[in-house]
Amino acid sequence: MSTVKLTVNGKAVSVDVEDRTLLVHLLRDHLNLTGTHVGCDTSQCGACVVHIDGRAVKSCTILAGQADGASVTTIEGLAKGDELHPMQAAFRDNHGLQCGYCTPGMIMSAVDIVQRHGGQLDEATVRHELEGNICRCTGYHNIVKAVLDAAGRMKVAQAAE
Amino acid sequence: MYQTTYHRASSVDEAAALFAKGSEAKYLSGGQTLLPVMKQRLASPSDVIDLAKIKELIGIDASGDTLTIKAATPHYDVATSDAAKKAIPAVAYLASLIGDPAVRYRGTIGGSLANNDPAADYPAATLALGATIKTNKRSIAADDYFKGLFATALEDGEIITAVSFPVPVKAGYAKFPHPASRFALTGVFVAQTKAGDVRVAVTGASQSGVMRVAAIEAALKANWAASAIDSVSIPSSGLLSDLHGSADYRANLIKVMAQRAVTAAG
Repeated sequence: MSTVKLTVNGKAVSVDVEDRTLLVHLLRDHLNLTGTHVGCDTSQCGACVVHIDGRAVKSCTILAGQADGASVTTIEGLAKGDELHPMQAAFRDNHGLQCGYCTPGMIMSAVDIVQRHGGQLDEATVRHELEGNICRCTGYHNIVKAVLDAAGRMKVAQAAE
Repeated sequence: MYQTTYHRASSVDEAAALFAKGSEAKYLSGGQTLLPVMKQRLASPSDVIDLAKIKELIGIDASGDTLTIKAATPHYDVATSDAAKKAIPAVAYLASLIGDPAVRYRGTIGGSLANNDPAADYPAATLALGATIKTNKRSIAADDYFKGLFATALEDGEIITAVSFPVPVKAGYAKFPHPASRFALTGVFVAQTKAGDVRVAVTGASQSGVMRVAAIEAALKANWAASAIDSVSIPSSGLLSDLHGSADYRANLIKVMAQRAVTAAG
């Protein structure tokens, strides 16, 4: 057992876990943050993507101990109170989800994509950059639309700040 | 995953000492291969020693005729590094093709070379450029380093600290990725060295891991042009054959990817 100290969605937490615990299990089983999903267990599907120190990574492929001292943002940490994050709002408005299982990972990856590419984003780039996130319902079409829509909204939001 | 004990090392010496104490220890860098393997219970190290936070193992340095990438530098940092893009653009481009964006934030060059997956990307650049693999004990020439599938010249407990690539006259990489795993079904790195040599390394295709292709090297040395490879014949013996592609298919891919790599190199 080890004590892992990290910041999750802005709150400092300290959790005692077995050394073999994956970050996704610390989030889901110890902190009850079940928005982060486990889809494949083979590091391919991206349903478990969270941000660690601002970078979108697969929380099923990192030990909780490796994240000790880090700042983690999960899907639960995106909205400001009742106000959805622009990426969440764009997914809703563009029907970017059906069953919703992949959605938390899609959104966390998509926020990272927009942050990295800013206004340079086009459809081909979005499709290419989403290669680490698998969706079995939508055919990706509306997900891509949502990401492009959100890229515009995030730019406007940034300009307003 | 079986039980294990996690250690975070703060220096290379501390990591080596922790390794020596464990009964069946493993080094952990980005973990994008080791952790999936541990999750499937195909590996059960007694101890995992995390190298990813060791400051002396992180960074990119281009000086003179050498691009040095320290071992725990993630692929994303290589792909976006101005120094790497300026010194050897083909290496930065190769890093941008590994796995997916989330994998590239974690996976490292040292981890890739220590694992030596027969379909990994970095071995192709390392062998084609004639890089030097630096460890905590010695320097190993790329020609002496790769020993077959998942096998390297590394001794038990030895830690890769950096990889030094000599800057070539020109170099290019082309990869036909497996559509699900993003590993190379076949990837070819071509390089024209400052000493006047042509070196061509292929990953993903051979049963014995990354390899050089003398026939393509000779053709390109005589005439550095994609068309020079048209008449080269690649035998399919010794090539991988699986449901993703037969040996003959991979033999053809070696030619096609080599031609694309030459075109990319200019």
